[in-house]
Amino acid sequence: MGVKTIQELEEIRKNTLDRVNQRRDRNTTRIVVGMATCGIAAGARPVLLAIMDEVEKLNLKDVIVAQTGCIGVCRLEPIVEVIRPGEDKVTYIKMTPEKARRVVNEHVVGGKVVEEYVMHIVDGKIINDYTVEKD
Amino acid sequence: MYRSQVLICGGTGCTSSGSMDIKKALEDELKKRGIDKEVEVIRTGCFGLCALGPVVIIYPEGAFYSRVKVEDIPELVEEHLIKGRILKRLVYHESIEQDRVKSLDEVGFYKKQMRVALKNCGVIDPENIDEYLAFDGYKALEKVLTTMKPEEVISQIKKSGLRGRGGGGFPTGLKWELTAKPVADQKYVVCNADEGDPGAFMDRSILEGDPNCVLEAMEIAGYAIGATKGFIYIRAEYPIAVKRLSIAINQAKEYGLLGKNILGTGFEFDIEIRLGAGAFVCGEETALMNSIEGKRGMPRPKPPFPANSGLWGKPTLINNVETYANITKIILNGADWFANIGTEKSKGTKVFALGGKITNTGLVEIPMGTTLREIIYDIGGGIPNNKKFKAVQTGGPSGGCIPAELIDIPIDYDSLISIGSMMGSGGMIVLDEDNCMVDVARFYLDFIKDESCGKCTPCRVGTKRMLEILEKITRGQGTMDDLDKLETLAKEIKASSLCGLGQTAPNPVLSTLKYFRDEYIAHIVDKKCPAGVCKALLQYKIDDEKCRKCGLCARSCPVSAIEGKVKEKFTVNQDKCIKCGTCMTKCPFKAIDKK
Repeated sequence: MGVKTIQELEEIRKNTLDRVNQRRDRNTTRIVVGMATCGIAAGARPVLLAIMDEVEKLNLKDVIVAQTGCIGVCRLEPIVEVIRPGEDKVTYIKMTPEKARRVVNEHVVGGKVVEEYVMHIVDGKIINDYTVEKD
Repeated sequence: MYRSQVLICGGTGCTSSGSMDIKKALEDELKKRGIDKEVEVIRTGCFGLCALGPVVIIYPEGAFYSRVKVEDIPELVEEHLIKGRILKRLVYHESIEQDRVKSLDEVGFYKKQMRVALKNCGVIDPENIDEYLAFDGYKALEKVLTTMKPEEVISQIKKSGLRGRGGGGFPTGLKWELTAKPVADQKYVVCNADEGDPGAFMDRSILEGDPNCVLEAMEIAGYAIGATKGFIYIRAEYPIAVKRLSIAINQAKEYGLLGKNILGTGFEFDIEIRLGAGAFVCGEETALMNSIEGKRGMPRPKPPFPANSGLWGKPTLINNVETYANITKIILNGADWFANIGTEKSKGTKVFALGGKITNTGLVEIPMGTTLREIIYDIGGGIPNNKKFKAVQTGGPSGGCIPAELIDIPIDYDSLISIGSMMGSGGMIVLDEDNCMVDVARFYLDFIKDESCGKCTPCRVGTKRMLEILEKITRGQGTMDDLDKLETLAKEIKASSLCGLGQTAPNPVLSTLKYFRDEYIAHIVDKKCPAGVCKALLQYKIDDEKCRKCGLCARSCPVSAIEGKVKEKFTVNQDKCIKCGTCMTKCPFKAIDKK
């Protein structure tokens, strides 16, 4: 840390770009959890902790776990996004700690998108957030 | 653990087309095949696709079956749940697009949006300045400090056409110019983050998701007007935003991006956070400045305007969070780029907090001039539960309603004012047929009455009197004279109140009177609340034809207001009934109605 010159700031920009790069041409895997008020209220904190725990347990290298602000669709929170090198961003919605652990194991490690937790669109509508009415 | 889940829509539409018979047939079939322990059957709420009902979805595949009949069940179980093959015959794919979408970016919700102020929100880690830097963070400040004169900065902002995003819509560049003019030993830059409209959370989200962009813009403003000190006035109810702002300020200080000799250019700027206790009036700029000075948060007359005499009597520039969030992008992309977005008089984008009776509640950013229809249907996903869209409330307690017939109006400052509403800070509350417009007006006036600071009489006394009349109407005791009284009071409060709070307080009443006068009249003349909200005007009644005389309603009534005998007849004793609606929700046959 310490005061930075304009050149040093440019260095930081260059060195950090890979962390936040949303495109396929990245070198590391980034897992972000929506942690604005809406996400936290929906239960994002245990999700983030579960992901960090799982990443540590599996001793994963080159995986960045980060929090971020409001992604916009507050009704689908907690939202977790995974961007792997060479692949498009995947958005997981309505996450729980258990679901998040599965995503780390199957998608981040195994490379297989956990289809059940991504959005299911019918006629332009996102229908994942059905409410279960128990009889 | 079940290997598969079958969802059956239990919404009103699908139930009436027989979805509960399908559920029963399915459960029987699963038992017969001996797989009822492996497959879970779940009744769900409405999917919003009632025309295709009854709808059945089988997970994990997410296969979407439409217009399912009881006769189809054995084949569906055999093919899909036992053999694991999707039953193509029933999967709906003709006119409907159905898909698993891997990223939010591909959804209609995002496609019509344009993210300028929210560019980094939901992308970067707000507690890590390096991630902000990676997306050209502090490059605008660098450009301003090393290559631009203060006048050039101001002329760029003026040229961009940016107008204040807090609600008033005053041209930002002009405000900067007016504050740059006076000569003073000290000037201040203030960020108004006192977001008080019920239902609005745009500023909170920006500060939580991208705090550095506001800090950077305040520094640019400081350079442009010749100030070295900034204050962010934020309500203490936003603890996460406060925490992330503090982290951002500390990190910027460590990197030398705040403080003395910034980027080696000799420019000095410091930012402090001031916490507000959450009074609505403190969003008014003169009250806000009093609060920062440690005085009671009450407005004072203008002029003098803050540009000449603001904080501690010094020239002060005060802008809203979202206004600042646009600055860095204007500097980096140029004023022309920004001026190309939006309409002739309203440039750029606007962030809205979409709430109320809308499928996709959340935060949206759209180019100015987008129609209300696009926001509600294309981005917001329409009204849930097949209810009818009635109106949108914009601008909170200072704004008004846009009725359904004006749904094609473009959203910009001037169009909204022309129809008696206002942009406001960006709360957008969607109302459907179940919302009573008199009750909505009453709600906002109740809020205003509590939040009026009491300094001037029109606002302190006038809003209270208006509220009393509205309450009278919702109780069914209003007269037609009351409507004239409301209008007279409203006009006088608007004309004679000291600050913006009082001057705009009657707007919700005036605009509902303008567009929904018939609802007021229904309350007054017919003693009815058409939306079924105002309790005093409601009666719960049991429809004898639908009633199966089971007695469930009588048992669940908390005040024993339902009288009668099982297998004979039940009636609601209107004197005892407290109109809680429990009987209506409990009745399995929908035999209880409120009128």
